[in-house]
Amino acid sequence: MSVTAEKSVYEQLGGEPAMAAAVEVFYRKVLADDHISHFFEDVDMERQAAKQKAFLTMVTGGPVHYSGKDMRAGHAPLVKRGLNDSHFDAVAGHLKATLEELGVAAPLVAKVLTIAESARADVLGR
Amino acid sequence: MAKVKHESDWYPLESGESVLDALLRQGVSIPNACRAGACQSCLMRAVAGTVPEAAQVGLKDTLRAQGYFLACACRPPEGTLLEVTGAEALRIPARIQALSWLSTSVLRVRLVTDSPLAYHAGQYLSLVREDGLTRSYSLASLPHEDALELHVRLLPGGAMSGWLAHDARPGDRLQVQGPAGSCFYVPGRPEQPLLLAGTGTGLAPLYGIVRDALAAGHAGPIWLFHGARTPEGLYLTSELRALAEQHPQFRYRPGVLEGGTRDVAEGALDALIRAECPKPLGWRAWLCGDGPLVLSLRKKLFLAGLSLKDLHTDAFLPSVPQGQRTSDAGAR
Repeated sequence: MSVTAEKSVYEQLGGEPAMAAAVEVFYRKVLADDHISHFFEDVDMERQAAKQKAFLTMVTGGPVHYSGKDMRAGHAPLVKRGLNDSHFDAVAGHLKATLEELGVAAPLVAKVLTIAESARADVLGR
Repeated sequence: MAKVKHESDWYPLESGESVLDALLRQGVSIPNACRAGACQSCLMRAVAGTVPEAAQVGLKDTLRAQGYFLACACRPPEGTLLEVTGAEALRIPARIQALSWLSTSVLRVRLVTDSPLAYHAGQYLSLVREDGLTRSYSLASLPHEDALELHVRLLPGGAMSGWLAHDARPGDRLQVQGPAGSCFYVPGRPEQPLLLAGTGTGLAPLYGIVRDALAAGHAGPIWLFHGARTPEGLYLTSELRALAEQHPQFRYRPGVLEGGTRDVAEGALDALIRAECPKPLGWRAWLCGDGPLVLSLRKKLFLAGLSLKDLHTDAFLPSVPQGQRTSDAGAR
């Protein structure tokens, strides 16, 4: 019997090199958005870019174990500063635009957004 | 409780305290400057016990393997027993070769070391006076030149800068430790446009990097922006204009916030850069000097399309953290 496991979106997109390309496009969109950029004002850009890459890798099903607990703890200070659904929607919108800009097929984009959506409760501490 | 043994005594650490803070608090004199893990002045070596990984971030593998760590970034967990020694073995004796003023507030310090110091133009080192006073400064010289060159800004009440400006004489001996920092030119992509920008003595590393890139045969455009509050804050202007005449690919653009002239632009440094280099997509950049300005420029250039891997920064940190600052803020 041969079992062919379905490739993760991460693998279908092209793995690490694809994430490295995507992270700059994505992070640039996030930083340029006045609605959310103030959450990133005091952070070290290199470290933040690494986190963005970990996030992209996670939402595409790549080899990063980013637990719900980490998401909650990591975003708790931002929730205190007013992080809400509108900010989550903005980030998700930039994620969608990034993937589209890089030519990712619509069904894959939809899959990624579904995974991202599943993190909403943890990110917003609900 | 964690404890640190230095020379023959054990010193207790408060919870979450760094090795540097604990030793200083208990009267042990340890060279230090930025206290943020950047300048590497507080380098020490662990001879027994383990140090947290975070205390070795940014160190060369060869130093890590020998147990070297940064005392300011070393916060050992409860129960740790650590025996340490200083980094004297890594210091190179040096003597002052010459001191001269580059402007009313910037001193050029030339040093000759007893043994050669291997470094890249644009890196920085720690200067250790005989009594242990330590500050870090960027290198403006090239490795093949016969002396190390530092540009030292004279600060009101500055301990090291005041001593160098008023009391030090050619022939005086001190020690250097280093080099550190990753803000330097790496040959390759010779046609790529380069952007260098800095304020004040942020020019020192940039002066080294420009000359290094030109010596390596970089053929693409090389833009150097040097900003200051007033024209008195600019220096090396005639040298840089002469360099631009010799090398058509090199463009030197000085700018000031007030008091601009026909040759010196007036306005904010980022506006000047935007006006001259509106589309820096695919460029390589080096930003040095005043901390907040460097970080803000980095963000703007990233948003303008530069890749993070092509953005090299050296944000100068004050020599003592805010709040504990005495009279010697701003080491470089």
